[in-house]
Amino acid sequence: MHELAITQNILALACQYAQEAKAVRITDITLLIGELSSVIDDSVQFYWDMISADTLAAGSVLHFERQPACMRCDRCSRTYTLAESELICPYCQSVTVTILRGDEFLLQSIVVEKNATPSLLEPEAV
Amino acid sequence: MKEHIPVVEHILSANDRIAAQNRTLLDENGVFAINLMASPGAGKTSLILKTFELLHPHVRIGMVDGDLASSIDAQKAQDKGITAVQINTGGNCHLDSVMLQFALAQIEFSEIDLLLVENVGNLVCPANFKLGTHKNILIASIPEGDDKPYKYPGMYRGVDALVINKIDLLPYIHFNMEYFQTGVEILNPGLITFPVSCTTGEGLPAWANWLQENIHV
Repeated sequence: MHELAITQNILALACQYAQEAKAVRITDITLLIGELSSVIDDSVQFYWDMISADTLAAGSVLHFERQPACMRCDRCSRTYTLAESELICPYCQSVTVTILRGDEFLLQSIVVEKNATPSLLEPEAV
Repeated sequence: MKEHIPVVEHILSANDRIAAQNRTLLDENGVFAINLMASPGAGKTSLILKTFELLHPHVRIGMVDGDLASSIDAQKAQDKGITAVQINTGGNCHLDSVMLQFALAQIEFSEIDLLLVENVGNLVCPANFKLGTHKNILIASIPEGDDKPYKYPGMYRGVDALVINKIDLLPYIHFNMEYFQTGVEILNPGLITFPVSCTTGEGLPAWANWLQENIHV
C-alpha cells in the first residue's frame, strides 16, 4: 500500500532533477532497491503510469535494479546472500553477522531529453 | 538530445527533510517523542495507556494516534486524561512526516514532556517513513509468532528498542523465544528489548524506567 506514497516521491524527485537540467522529457528512471527494502515493482509501475501521465515523466520507463542482500559473518568472515541462508551464517551458523548490502532505496539516475540547445549560436546570459 | 543524469538520492528524501524539521520543533520545545510501530493488535494502545498509568503525573504525556479511520484509540486515551490528537490517514498504511507535522501543529508543547506517536498497525510500510521522533520502537507480540524478524527484516532493522508484549501467553502458544531473538540479533545487534505483559503488568516498570531515563537525557 505504501507504494503509492513511494511512487509519488520518485516522481517528485525525478521531476526536480529534470527541471534543474532544463529537460523537456524524462525517458528512463533507474531505481536501486535492496532485497531488505520492501517495495513491489509491479505496484510502483502501476501507480507510475497513472500519476506521471501529465508530467515531464509521462511515458517514461522505470528500471528496477535489485540489490541482493549480502551478509558477512563476523566469526568466519565469509560472505553469503539471503538466497543461501535465512540470515544465519550458512558456514558456521553464527548469528553475529554484518549486513553489507540490501538496504538500498535509491533513485539512481534518470535519462532526459533536451531541446537542441541554441547556446552555441547565442551569447550566454550573463 | 538525450542526457543521463546521475541522482543517487534516497527515494524518501523529501519525507526525511520534513522529519528533520519535526525533530527540530520537538527539540526546541523540550518534548521527547517516540514512534510506536507494530502489527494490528500487538498492543500499541494498551502500551500507551499502561505507560501513562506508570509515569503520570511525573511525566506529562501526549499522544498522536494514526489510524486508517475512526478515533477509537484517541478516545480511549482521552478518557484516561491523555492529550490526544487523531490522524486519520485516509487509507494510507503508515504515518509520514507531513502527517506528523500537521498533528504537531495541534499540540500544546508546554503541556507535555513525552509524545507517544501510535503509527498505523503494519509491519511493512511505517519502517520506510521517518517521522522525526527521537526513538523508533517496535512492539512485537507473542501470538504473532516467532518468525516475524525473518519475514519483516526492514522493520526489525530500523528500530531503537523492542517491546515483546503478551508474554503472559507464552505457556499457551508455541513461540520459540530463542529463534525469535536470534533473528532480532542478526538484524539489529544488541537491540534493547523489553518483554512485557500489558495485562499482568510484568516487565512494564523496566520499560517505563528506560523511557524516563531517555526523556531526561
